[in-house]
Amino acid sequence: MNNKNIVLFIGGLFFGLGLAWGGMSKPEIVLSFLQLTDYGLILLMGAATVTTLVAINIAPRFMKKPILGGDFKPRTRVLNRNTVLGAIIFGIGWGMSGQCPGSALSSLGIGNFPVILGIVAMFAGAYVMGRFLG
Amino acid sequence: MFPLGIYPYILGGLIIGVGVSFVYLTTGLHATQSSLFSTTISYFSKIPYFQRKTYLDSREWRLYFAVGVILGALIYTVIVSPDGFWTTSVQWWRLLIGGFLVGFGTRLSSGCTSGHGISGIASLSTTSLYAVITFIVVGIITAHAFQFLGVTP
Repeated sequence: MNNKNIVLFIGGLFFGLGLAWGGMSKPEIVLSFLQLTDYGLILLMGAATVTTLVAINIAPRFMKKPILGGDFKPRTRVLNRNTVLGAIIFGIGWGMSGQCPGSALSSLGIGNFPVILGIVAMFAGAYVMGRFLG
Repeated sequence: MFPLGIYPYILGGLIIGVGVSFVYLTTGLHATQSSLFSTTISYFSKIPYFQRKTYLDSREWRLYFAVGVILGALIYTVIVSPDGFWTTSVQWWRLLIGGFLVGFGTRLSSGCTSGHGISGIASLSTTSLYAVITFIVVGIITAHAFQFLGVTP
């Protein structure tokens, strides 16, 4: 295991811990946001985003490069039809099941084994997308 | 608005933000989730879409990251959680069909709640902002439609 993989593993531990602590490993809690009975998801997403926003935008002023090398590049994507169409399809699946990719993985860690079905289906959906539209 | 209180949500979000920031400051990488599906498929499929260089270059660390996410939630369950292991009551057909649409849609859109939602908006990307608004609005409409049809939870 090289240093980069160790860093990503530790980052993943934080990500999974945070998702579980904030309840997002439970599709029911995600659904309670989408049903507008508990707005917690926005708080969680906001806290995560603001923390990351500070790191991404402030750090490069004090550090030339990431500690293990590489470059600081903000995450940018071009807006096109697929971005919006994909977001609509994702939104339907999300609203139907209360699962998104990260929350589904963390759901395994809380022992929610039915979510394996959802994760296998996510791989299938990603495959079909790449096979026919990629 | 917050029947379960606000503290676990804010704390959870801060922990996620610290993890994503730590990865970025150390490696310059964006620790996002949905690409895992495409990069892992590259181990098995020869289709050019999956054999693109960015997928081959990132497929290993994305697996380490995913294992970390699972174990991080396990750590919470074992050490912190008041209710221990837990199983959803969302029906299997919703997990299956919803999961398929999540996999398809996030890859078509090049991002999910973490890629567009956390890393994208933190990178001040307007594309990601539009994507987030779109999937939140569509998610709310869909969840209400199922509720209207009498599907619970």
